[in-house]
Amino acid sequence: MAVTALPGTTTATPTKRRPRTDGMHRAAKWLLAITSILIGLLTLLPIIWMLFTAFKPESDIVSYPPTLWPRELTLEHFVEVWERIPFARLYLNTIVFAGGVTVISLLFDSMAAYALARIPFKGRGIVFVGILLLLMLPFQVTLIPLYDMLNGLGLTNTLPGMIIPRMTNAFGIFFLTQFFLSLPRDLEEAARVDGASEWRIYWGIIMPLARPALLTLGLFHFQYNWNDLLWPLVMSSEVETSTLPAGLSLFMGQHVVEYGLLMAGSLLAMLPVIVFFLLIQRSFVAGIATTGLK
Amino acid sequence: MTTTVAPAAQRPRRRPASVNVRRTRTAWLFLTPALLILIAFTLYPMVQAVWLSLTDYNLIRAAEFVGLDNYAALFADGAFWNAFGNTVLYAAVVAPVTVVLALAFAILLNQRFPGRAFARTAIFLPFIVSLGIIAIAWAFLLDPNIGLLSYWLSFVGIVPEQGWLTDPRFAMAAVMMVGIWKNVGFYMVIFLAGLQSIPVDMYEAARLDGAGAWQRFRSITLPLLSNQTLLVSVLALIATLQAFDQIYVMTRGGPFFRTETLVTLIYREGFENLEFGYASAISFVLLAFVFILSMVQYGFLRRRQVTY
Repeated sequence: MAVTALPGTTTATPTKRRPRTDGMHRAAKWLLAITSILIGLLTLLPIIWMLFTAFKPESDIVSYPPTLWPRELTLEHFVEVWERIPFARLYLNTIVFAGGVTVISLLFDSMAAYALARIPFKGRGIVFVGILLLLMLPFQVTLIPLYDMLNGLGLTNTLPGMIIPRMTNAFGIFFLTQFFLSLPRDLEEAARVDGASEWRIYWGIIMPLARPALLTLGLFHFQYNWNDLLWPLVMSSEVETSTLPAGLSLFMGQHVVEYGLLMAGSLLAMLPVIVFFLLIQRSFVAGIATTGLK
Repeated sequence: MTTTVAPAAQRPRRRPASVNVRRTRTAWLFLTPALLILIAFTLYPMVQAVWLSLTDYNLIRAAEFVGLDNYAALFADGAFWNAFGNTVLYAAVVAPVTVVLALAFAILLNQRFPGRAFARTAIFLPFIVSLGIIAIAWAFLLDPNIGLLSYWLSFVGIVPEQGWLTDPRFAMAAVMMVGIWKNVGFYMVIFLAGLQSIPVDMYEAARLDGAGAWQRFRSITLPLLSNQTLLVSVLALIATLQAFDQIYVMTRGGPFFRTETLVTLIYREGFENLEFGYASAISFVLLAFVFILSMVQYGFLRRRQVTY
C-alpha cells in the first residue's frame, strides 16, 4: 500500500535510474491523490454539513432523505441567530475572554521565560521544576476549588473571573523558555556591556526575535480559550455571561431541533479561529510539530 | 524600574557579588506576575482540592472533615466504577486508533502528489475548531431522522434502533468517533515532522540492498519514529482520559450513563449535585492517571535526541 515512506523533502541527488516504473509510478501517484482528497473531504464533512445547513430553509433541513447540498438558499438563520440567542453578547464575551487571556498571558509568560532562560540566578532550577510539575496537573483537579474561590470573591458570572486565573500558563512559560534558550547570546551581551537594563534587553532585543514563537503561542492561547467549553460552562450560570461554545451548547440543550439556527451560530462562532489559523498556518504547524505538548 | 542600580553599572570595577544580587533581584521581578498567578490560581486550589476531598463540603453546608470517607464511598459507588470503566474503554479504543491512523495519514501525506496540501489542512482542521461547537454538527449528522451520516450509514447496514446517540450500544461508538476525528490531524503533524527528519539516503541504501516497502517501514521508519510514537501515545492517552466536550454536547453522559467518563462525572457531582468534596476525590483519581503519564512523557522528552 502506501508504506513506501519516502520523505517529502525530495531527493537532493537526481535519481533517474528506473524509467520503466514511471508509468506505474504515475498511476500510484494519482491513486494516492484521489485517496487522500477523499479522506480530506470526509474529514471536513461535519464542517461542510454545518456550512450548507446554515443556508438551508427549515423545510429543507427536516425533509427525508437528508441531502448535503441545499435545494434552496436562505439567510434567515443568520438573521434569526442574533435575535433568538444573545449572540452579539456571546461573541463579545468570547472576544474579550480569549483576546484578554492571550495578550496578558503572552506578556507574563514571556517575562517569566526571559528570567528563566536568560538570567542566571539562584533558585532558577527550583522554579523551572515547579513549572514543569504544574504543567502535568490536569486542569479538572483545580476546577472545583477555583470555582469555590472565585465564587467567594463574587467573580463567577463575570469576565474578569474567567480571565484572571488564566493570565499565565505553565505551558506558555515552558514553551517560551525553550525558545529563548535557543537564541544566540552575543546580541544581548553587547547591549549589556553598553549598560542596557534587563527590561530593555527583554523588550527591545529578545521579544522582537521571539516573534514567531509568540505568534504560535498566541494562537495556542487564543484558540484554546476561544474553544474551551468546561471552564465557561462552570463559571457562568447564565447565557449572558457565557462564551460561544458554552452558550451554544446550553441553547442546544434547551431547543434540540433548531439545527438551522445552531449551524448558522456555530459557523459564525468558528470563523475567527479558522481564519486566524489559515493566516498563520505555517508557523502554527511548525510550533506544534516541534513541541507537541498542549 | 532599575534606575536605582543604573549608576552602579557604569562604575569601572564591578564586584561580582553585587552583580549576582542585582541579577537575582531582577529575575524575581520578571517572575513575580506569573508566579503570583500560578500560586494563587493553580497551586493554592491544588492544595485546597486535597483538603476538600477529605471533607463533605457542598456549596450549601460548611466543610466538615470526614477523613477518607469520600474515597471509601467512591470505591463503593457504582456510578464511579461505571465512569471509570467508560473512561478506560474510551481511552483504550480512541488512543491507539488515533495514533495508528495518524501514522498512516502521515506516511500517506509525506509522499508528493497533487492535493497533498489540501488533505493535510483538511485533516488538521478539526484540531483547531471548538469541539464543543462542532459536536453540535456531529449530533445533527447522527440524528436518526434527518442526519446525513446516519442516513449514509444505513446503506451499509448500520442502523441503531433508537438512533446513534440514544442507543446504549452505539452512543459510546459515536463519541469515540468524534474523539478520534478531533485529534488525528494533530498527531499526524507530529509524525510528519518526524518523517521529514529521517535522512533520505537511508531509504536509498535500503532499496539498493533490495529491501521492500514493508521492510523499509519496519526497519527504518518505525524505529526512527519511536520518539514521536511515544510522545504521541502519551499525549493521546492524557487527552482521552480527560474526554468531556463532545460527550457533554452529544449525550450528556447518557443514555443510561453509558458515556459518562470521569470528567463528566466530576462535572455532574460538582456542578449539578454541588458535592464539592466528593467531586474533588474523583478528580484525584484522574490526577493519578494523568500525572503518571506526564512523568513518562517528561522523562523521555528530556532525552529526545535521536541518534542515527
